[in-house]
Amino acid sequence: MQVTVKLFATFRNGRFKIAEQVLPEGTDCRRVVLDLGLTEDEIGIIMINGRHGVLDQKLAWGDVLSLFPLVGGG
Amino acid sequence: MEDPLVFLNDWTRDGMLPWSAHCAAARQFDLSHATIEGLALRNGIFPARYQRNRSMISTAEQARLFFSRIAVIGCGGLGGYIIEELARLGVGQIVAIDPDVFEEHNLNRQILSTPANLGVAKVEAARLRVEQINPAVTVTAVRDAFCCANGCELLAGVTVAVDALDSISYRLELAQVSNEMGIPMVHGAIGGWYGHVATQFPGEETVQGIYRHWVAGKGIEQQLGNPSFTPAVVASLQVAEVCKIILGKGELLRNRKLAIDLLEMEVHEIPYGVPLEMVRAA
Repeated sequence: MQVTVKLFATFRNGRFKIAEQVLPEGTDCRRVVLDLGLTEDEIGIIMINGRHGVLDQKLAWGDVLSLFPLVGGG
Repeated sequence: MEDPLVFLNDWTRDGMLPWSAHCAAARQFDLSHATIEGLALRNGIFPARYQRNRSMISTAEQARLFFSRIAVIGCGGLGGYIIEELARLGVGQIVAIDPDVFEEHNLNRQILSTPANLGVAKVEAARLRVEQINPAVTVTAVRDAFCCANGCELLAGVTVAVDALDSISYRLELAQVSNEMGIPMVHGAIGGWYGHVATQFPGEETVQGIYRHWVAGKGIEQQLGNPSFTPAVVASLQVAEVCKIILGKGELLRNRKLAIDLLEMEVHEIPYGVPLEMVRAA
């Protein structure tokens, strides 16, 4: 299946802003995150097609997955 | 002359009270600047120091700002700018909360820090700064860390709580206490080129939603630090929200978050309309 992955802020460093990825059916968000070399602890927001998602969530053909890092400074 | 109000009216020109007359009244009647400003605003006299507010803020609205009490939790990068802007705006009471003293690594961005006040409590620096820029504003300096245990006491009588903390766990505690006390909270967070802002009203769970994946530790600020401009941008957006909450005007950042990227100059709006469960927090 094909999904669109959008990265934001520091997640773009050495990666991309937007990419089409071909993934096995049933791939979840966690797999995509780990394959990008990111760790679960770095994740701030997961959006799937503009709605909040979780790492365990399985992706479907044509989904748009957006990942934002955790920001907490002041 | 017996009556300070008569004095103020005598010195009011075009509906505005000059600072010189404000000071003269304080001296003559042995009253604080806060008392003089309150007396003026209650009687429809616009202090001239706010004259450039005037096309957007009426005398009645300036009075609402003056009679508001705003808590700023954290007096570092965000908090310093927030306090500066609230004091210049004319918010009458500011509760400044922070347990720390200034250290050298604060100097690149924290507007209240100077080489001369390294080692000085941040809340004390905040009080001195406000005394210089707007003596009518009362700062209650609380040198303590905000948490659930002291939160109700620290936020008593507060109109809005402004989150300028640098810890996600304390933020979640602030969000909880604000909600329990029925106080709106303006949340801001920064890291490097990036930051975000959101406003949470009682009954909403936006801040919890923003940190639903958080387990422990800090965000990207741990590696990136913070430059001079990111806190200024996010703090200013937070103060705009505080101003609108007090005045009851405009469109607030409720049930949504603005995520700001100053490197790529992008702003993204993230919806938080539906309550989200904490996913990974214990």
